[in-house]
Amino acid sequence: MTSALDITQAVNPPRAVFVNFPLGHQTGKPHQPDLQRQIVRDALRAFETIGKPGTIVELPYVWDANDRQWEATDYTGDFLPPRPPKEDADLVEAERRARFGESNVK
Amino acid sequence: MPVEYIPRTRELYSGYTPYRWVVNRDTPPWTPLAKPLAQSKVAVMSSGGILYRDQPRFHREDASYRAIPKTATQDDLSVWHFGYRTADAEADHNCVFPLARLRELEAEGVIGELADPAYSFMGGVYSARKVREELAPGIADELKRAHVEAFYLVPA
Repeated sequence: MTSALDITQAVNPPRAVFVNFPLGHQTGKPHQPDLQRQIVRDALRAFETIGKPGTIVELPYVWDANDRQWEATDYTGDFLPPRPPKEDADLVEAERRARFGESNVK
Repeated sequence: MPVEYIPRTRELYSGYTPYRWVVNRDTPPWTPLAKPLAQSKVAVMSSGGILYRDQPRFHREDASYRAIPKTATQDDLSVWHFGYRTADAEADHNCVFPLARLRELEAEGVIGELADPAYSFMGGVYSARKVREELAPGIADELKRAHVEAFYLVPA
């Protein structure tokens, strides 16, 4: 599965399925199970249909029918989320550990 | 036109030593699917930085991975990654880690069996060598021991 066609072409894996969505949505949009399922099914089907090493199947899904230009500016400028300070990251982790403390985990 | 990630990554990370992309020009290794998918054991791995319950978060240059029970649900999972916008994956992990969809496809018989556990790592590892020499062989050993027949990788 990939959304980064140029990177995948460079890596040249045995088989791949490309969906032209922004990073973080390789198997679909949030809370759209039907779309997610179609993409995953298409990807799995490629295990059976691809017969030539290095094939990349391009899926036809469109990210936003009203915005055919999103690729022009995506992944530029301030794309990268600010990295949280270590103290904040530690806090998030401590909260998670407290929520799922050892006594709560199977 | 799909986004050209290699030049844009160079711009986004212009303050860093340029990343040396993995380029493989040889014909890739090939293992044909031995059985129809409906009879195959399929494992899934996402590079989206998915964590199960109180698993420790990922760190810089962290080539470790997490084993995630295939029964995990939205409430069990969180996302730790610095290289993509994670809000949608946090709202619905199936955007990058389609565990719920794969369980449905297993129940419907589209795949023979969804391997347990599923796996995730944090794909922002700058060292391709670490991935090649540590992460990948570790996972491959686990998959072989579990007799997995198809491995579905979802990079995020």
